[in-house]
Amino acid sequence: MSDPILSVAHLSVDLGGRSILRDVSFDLYPGQLCALIGENGAGKTTLLRSLLGLTAQRSGQVLIDGAPADQRRALVGYVPQKIALDPDIPLRTRDLVQLGLDGHRLGLPLFSGRKKALVDQALYAVGAEAFADQRVGELSGGQQQRAVIAHALVRQPRLLILDEPLANLDFGSANALVALLGTLTHIQHIAVLVTAHDMNPLLPVMDRLVYLVGGQAATGSVDEVVRPEVLGKLYGHPVTVLRHGRRILVLPDVAAEDAEACTAAHMSHPEKAD
Amino acid sequence: MFSSFMINTWIAGTAIAFVAAFVGFFVVARRSAFAAHALPLGAFPGAAAANLMGINPLIGLLIFVGIGVFLLRQLVRMGRRDVGTGLVLVLFLGMGALLLSMTREYAPAVFSLLFGEVLGVSDADLLPILGICALVVMGISLYFRPLLLDSTFPDLAALQGIRAARMDLVFLTLLALVTATALPVVGAFLVFTLLVGPPAAAQALSGNPMRVLMLSVMLAEGCIWSAIVLSYWTNWPIGFFVGSIGAGLFTVARSYRHWNQR
Repeated sequence: MSDPILSVAHLSVDLGGRSILRDVSFDLYPGQLCALIGENGAGKTTLLRSLLGLTAQRSGQVLIDGAPADQRRALVGYVPQKIALDPDIPLRTRDLVQLGLDGHRLGLPLFSGRKKALVDQALYAVGAEAFADQRVGELSGGQQQRAVIAHALVRQPRLLILDEPLANLDFGSANALVALLGTLTHIQHIAVLVTAHDMNPLLPVMDRLVYLVGGQAATGSVDEVVRPEVLGKLYGHPVTVLRHGRRILVLPDVAAEDAEACTAAHMSHPEKAD
Repeated sequence: MFSSFMINTWIAGTAIAFVAAFVGFFVVARRSAFAAHALPLGAFPGAAAANLMGINPLIGLLIFVGIGVFLLRQLVRMGRRDVGTGLVLVLFLGMGALLLSMTREYAPAVFSLLFGEVLGVSDADLLPILGICALVVMGISLYFRPLLLDSTFPDLAALQGIRAARMDLVFLTLLALVTATALPVVGAFLVFTLLVGPPAAAQALSGNPMRVLMLSVMLAEGCIWSAIVLSYWTNWPIGFFVGSIGAGLFTVARSYRHWNQR
């Protein structure tokens, strides 16, 4: 296998005196989709910011294509979680995509056939041709995601990072987006890193899993990570892993003595327990 | 209407409307209408102070908008942009009250600084106005794309290495320059209308940024030209017409968009 495009080794990050990430390690190779799963506050956003070179780390290493992250920003495309919904924004989808190419350049934008071809190609890659000339603010949530993905893709990144792209999407749009991510990963051979609360929608396309709990991570394939003994150690208490068809559910076990205490409380104060 | 002393008004008005539309495009895109309101009002005491000291009002205005931009950035850095902007505005107005209390002959001068003086452009005024306008057009042309991305998708801009703090400084500096040149001609209250009315109307009519910029310029020129004509005919203050036409343009454009979307 070729060299990893992203290599995270023993990464620890503190913010405001609190330890946010502890000893997180994983590699990501071209043509792989890695899901970063964790609850709110598990450290997902901090990990992403470290990968983008936006947060100082206490110890450890983040290498993108073998170099420190802040030297390799051009190789990384990023799709943030919060996308503006102001309907008045004076940009069409195609303008937003073009700014992905030359937004940092000085001077007025001049027409260029080469640029237009690159923009059209990115719009096509995400299936956004139909709304290319519509205002960004008037698009649906799923369409906005695609517009921003095209903005990130137009510079032909080798690593695409998406922060909670499935949040706020309906079933149909979420499935279509997962299919698009699968195509980008496995056909265009880009490395894709996606954060999510729930791993289930991503299972069909996921190659790797980074499971974050309280700043610590378990990494590997789904079968390696989603096991009671691995996740139980991460959570610090026993868990049950239920598999139903292609769905996975991770549930905390209620310890026997806790269950008894609950029952006792319920018996002595039935009105409160309701 | 086109006699020699009116020619200066036509030239100055045209140049000011042009740059107000350019900067106004970003005032609306960045949702910075409050800053665009506070800077001109806060700056007018600068002109009053210059009158008091017998120097060119443009110098007083430039000094005051310069201090205004500095204070805005300092207060905004502590958080709460709206509160910081409001406090700077009131601080400057307070200084204006103090300065005006020191002079007796202020009533007509203050009135024209607030509401505009259509015949107030002398030959000596014209050159600095045109120079500053050229500077603003150059600044906007240079920073157009980074400002546009930073104004609409700040997260994505940061990722391309565009620094939000620098863009804010560029924007406020250009806004301050437009304010200082436009204030003696259209007045403090009406600088705001010219900055916000035509660009907001243009943004309701199109989503194509270059087309919006061109539309803003056309609407702003239409606004100031008709205001000069009407002010000349009626002898009413030009500010009244700039204000009404600006609000009218916005209302018509928004209604058009609203009905189009249904």
